[in-house]
Amino acid sequence: MTCLTKKHILEIENLSVSFLQYDKGMRQRSLQVITNLSVSVHEGEIVAVVGASGSGKSLLAHAVLGLLPANADVSGTLRFEGKPLTAASIAALRGKGITLVPQSIAYLDPLLKAGKAVRKNKRDAGARKKQRELFAHFQLDPATENLYPFELSGGMARRVLLAAALMDDPRLIIADEPTPGLDLELAKKALADFRAFADQGNGVLLITHDIELALSVADRIAVFYAGTTVEEAPVIDFEAETTLRHPYTKALWRALPENGFAALPGNQPYVKAMPKGCPFGPRCSLFSPSCEGEIPLKTIRCGTVRCIKATGSVEV
Amino acid sequence: MMLEAKDIVFGYEKRRPILDGFCLSAGQEERVALVALSGVGKTTLCQLLAGYLAPWSGQITLNQKPLPQKGYCPVQMIWQHPEKSVDPYLRMKDTLAEGRGLDPAVLEGLGIESDWLNRFPGELSGGEIQRFCIARALGGETKFIIADEISTMLDPIAQSQIWNFLLEEVQRRKIGLIFVSHSEALTKRIATRKVTLAE
Repeated sequence: MTCLTKKHILEIENLSVSFLQYDKGMRQRSLQVITNLSVSVHEGEIVAVVGASGSGKSLLAHAVLGLLPANADVSGTLRFEGKPLTAASIAALRGKGITLVPQSIAYLDPLLKAGKAVRKNKRDAGARKKQRELFAHFQLDPATENLYPFELSGGMARRVLLAAALMDDPRLIIADEPTPGLDLELAKKALADFRAFADQGNGVLLITHDIELALSVADRIAVFYAGTTVEEAPVIDFEAETTLRHPYTKALWRALPENGFAALPGNQPYVKAMPKGCPFGPRCSLFSPSCEGEIPLKTIRCGTVRCIKATGSVEV
Repeated sequence: MMLEAKDIVFGYEKRRPILDGFCLSAGQEERVALVALSGVGKTTLCQLLAGYLAPWSGQITLNQKPLPQKGYCPVQMIWQHPEKSVDPYLRMKDTLAEGRGLDPAVLEGLGIESDWLNRFPGELSGGEIQRFCIARALGGETKFIIADEISTMLDPIAQSQIWNFLLEEVQRRKIGLIFVSHSEALTKRIATRKVTLAE
């Protein structure tokens, strides 16, 4: 089996994010919310990031775009098309090389009409033409461009956000839960657009909690748990439980309504009370004292896993 | 005991009803799935059935009597957005107290940990808050549960935890269930009957 060797668009290695908080009075405390997170997007690829809520999915998007608040401390390596991302380069790329489809439709400026928001205040005929094409493409009535966000339905606002993301021919789209509020037909259409966009040699990082959706469109799936990537696997590995690597991913698979609907007891650990070593340890049937140590990232069959118990032919 | 909706007409704008002549009748051992495209009025229908909205015309009855106007309503609704259906300034234990006659075993069954009780909603994830919302709706006098896409915001593990418990509970206590879900696989698992709303 040959693994993917295409050029990277986005590479994230050992990203850690912590927030400085005031605890009692003037006492400060640092709250580590993302630990050793690694994920990459290659040319022509849709990578889906899945995981429970509170596992750090949206924070990842905001970290890549440099949108975290001032009390956040980010460490680790972020590279876009081979070049390291710095505060200055992120600011230049944001909205041009990298665009975000935000999670909430509240991200639309309430005082801008939809058309103007998508054109980003550009007045030339080219921008207007492109915006109209995008609106037509998303089956938005031409009159929609003169509506304010409060006049749009949830599904319409979603489509306006999608149009805005595609407006400037980006290289990478980060889509944070782009489909809630869209019915199945529109959701499929939005995903088909991501597919077409990726097939032109671009990259998509699709953040979602909906595994069924991720499986239907992505090339690779990165599984998050408690602020770290526990597994990154080609989508084909999700066809059966046996080809998956991490016990948490297997539990996710078994919990799907079509695969047994089995509930794993317990909850994701709270950031203020993280277990030592593997964050999944307390819920894992394979748990042993050695899981409380450092857990390195292993490569197994074109995927990576952060579990010392995972086995399989190791390729480097 | 039956929950019945007869010839319901309801809309938000004058003379433009979104539900026109809707009828439904559900028994206590039924699990009815409401299926429709987005924007057809599923959430509105849920709110009507649980007594949060009053229909323009038509009647919603429980055991041939209209839903009570005061006190605890035996038809309880669980909402789609858990973080919007709890008071952000109440600790979770106070939110739970909004329910009535709650069996402590419910908390255990839903995997609610005791130290969550003293937290505020902002200190819990959506899935964790949703468990409190389910517990709040499962009071001793509850006869029907209306569940409006209660697991769309959740990952598969949280979804199966919540639904497995809820299914067991409604079957054991003979609580009727009317639910909305976009997932076909989930609907197939849960429903005893499907009702499709036309536009």
